[in-house]
Amino acid sequence: MSVAENQAAAGRGSARAVAILSSLGRFLVIAVTTYLGLLAVTFFIGRVIPIDPVLAVLGDRAPTAVVERTRREMGLDLPWIEQFYLYVKAALRGDFGTSVLTTNPVMSDIRRVFPATIELATLGTIIGAVIGVPLGVLAAVKRGSLIDQVARIVGLIGYSVPIFWLGLLGLVLFYAKLQWIAFPARLDVVYEYTFTPITGFYLLDAAIQGQWDVFYDAWRHIVLPAALLGYLSLAYISRMIRSFMLNELAQEYIVAARAKGLSERRIIWGHALRNAAVPMVTVIALSYANLLEGSVLTETVFSWPGIGLYITNSLQNADMNAVLGGTIAIGSVFIAINLFSDLLYRLLDPRTKTG
Amino acid sequence: MSDTLLEVDDLRVTFPTRTGLVQAVRGVSFSLRRERLGIVGESGSGKSQTGRAIMGVTPPQAEVSAKKLAFDGMDLLSMSPRERRALRGSRIAMILQDPKYSLDPVMTIGRQIVETLRTHEKVSKAEARERALAMLQAVQIRDPARVFDLYPHEVSGGMGQRAMIAMMLVTGPELMIADEPTSALDVTVQLDVLKILDKLVAERGMGLIFISHDLRLVSSFCDRVVVMYAGKVVEQIKASELRDAQHPYTRGLLNCMPRIGFERHPLPVLDRKPEWAA
Repeated sequence: MSVAENQAAAGRGSARAVAILSSLGRFLVIAVTTYLGLLAVTFFIGRVIPIDPVLAVLGDRAPTAVVERTRREMGLDLPWIEQFYLYVKAALRGDFGTSVLTTNPVMSDIRRVFPATIELATLGTIIGAVIGVPLGVLAAVKRGSLIDQVARIVGLIGYSVPIFWLGLLGLVLFYAKLQWIAFPARLDVVYEYTFTPITGFYLLDAAIQGQWDVFYDAWRHIVLPAALLGYLSLAYISRMIRSFMLNELAQEYIVAARAKGLSERRIIWGHALRNAAVPMVTVIALSYANLLEGSVLTETVFSWPGIGLYITNSLQNADMNAVLGGTIAIGSVFIAINLFSDLLYRLLDPRTKTG
Repeated sequence: MSDTLLEVDDLRVTFPTRTGLVQAVRGVSFSLRRERLGIVGESGSGKSQTGRAIMGVTPPQAEVSAKKLAFDGMDLLSMSPRERRALRGSRIAMILQDPKYSLDPVMTIGRQIVETLRTHEKVSKAEARERALAMLQAVQIRDPARVFDLYPHEVSGGMGQRAMIAMMLVTGPELMIADEPTSALDVTVQLDVLKILDKLVAERGMGLIFISHDLRLVSSFCDRVVVMYAGKVVEQIKASELRDAQHPYTRGLLNCMPRIGFERHPLPVLDRKPEWAA
């Protein structure tokens, strides 16, 4: 390479670095703005909802003087703009107050329950993507064939049958009758005392510590709910992938690829799916985010101590700190997933890199 | 070995649709030596489907039949899909209309050229790269090493079409089917691309099927012209004798061509008689 070419290459390299930095900066701005918006909305909901936080803490028999004092201590006598400022400040520190129900700081509750949900949702999404993507591709490639029909029916059932019903049926069959899986919970009671989680993801923790009996037990507990959530996202992912693939397979570059003499396998997986990967990332990310917030029913049926169950319980007990804290936690993860899929977008589609 | 490269006899392409069978190509016959054959006709005359049927890239639902469809003495319709595929891209190549759509948008130009090469020949990565760069040079791209790493959206239409030509010629095919290769390009670029195509076809002694709706282009660029109407060949004629064409449809097409210095008002309307399609 000549000196001039070297310089040109270096110039391109630094230009690229600047582009990456500026897009990272833009991401950061978007993330912060969205997060502030989330805080504002939750704050607003917290004020509008007809629940008196003082009443929730003290009960309805407290003397007026105590009520007044508590109100001041909680900062409820301040102007709302100042309250919002304090709220944001505390939220940025990760301080969402104390849960009335559990008497723990909300943040430590979330640290305990959120990993349970994330573990379940992650496993579910992995199952959904690993099966859903190939199923969708095959359905598109062999359009109108038996496999397309099967995929359609599988998807239809996944859409329309309530998940808690499937969950109950699954429990009756695999737990009560066949005894292949463990009862609804995260872990057997025996292990509750011998096992100390590190990250809160039990499968991971057990593997790190080499406690394979715990790993196996955790697996027996998680497999059915994860499979159900996996089925739910599989139904969605495979339908979307099918339509993305049909769209790509009709493009002219596919004709060109055939004219080049490429194998069908190479055309489908190397060209069409590679192009369909861009919207695919969005679909999988959305389905993942959906599982993170929306698996309350599954968590209820399987007594899964996750954030859905936590928020529902808190809501029923008018525990607003916990509800808002949980909402913000879910929202934050939502923002993070969206940013991540945006980044992936940029990696997958060269057309989004510049400009 | 005869010098006939391609023989087409009674080629038919049929599409099943919701309203019944549609015959896009209805008994097309011609033969091709190492020469330049133009296929002209209006939209829907079946010229593109003829090219695609020869290439073997018609959509799966289409039905292709012929009394004879032979390339270099080999029957294309009776050979296995694998054998057919081995011919595609190595001995028979095809250029499509618009490089904006016919190049894979998420793969660099270089990789797309290398892909053709490595599908048909066992060459090392380094050698494939060398040959791709040489091919880019051959289609008169000034800075092959830079263009090699560009994505299709980063180059102009003319450049994209040259890349397409490079991608299809890198294996040294004997027959090239060019389906409206310049219709999507700016007029100023059209001639450049045509010259490059012409030069490469002449240098390598390839057979060329040039599909176009542009009569003037075809008559100046090809040796022979096949005129298609409604899925049929209505006239075959030497390009130099196109001016003296007999068939009323061809005459009609010729009549529509504007000439500098002559007023055309009102513009003539093409005569379409059902018996020509019968």
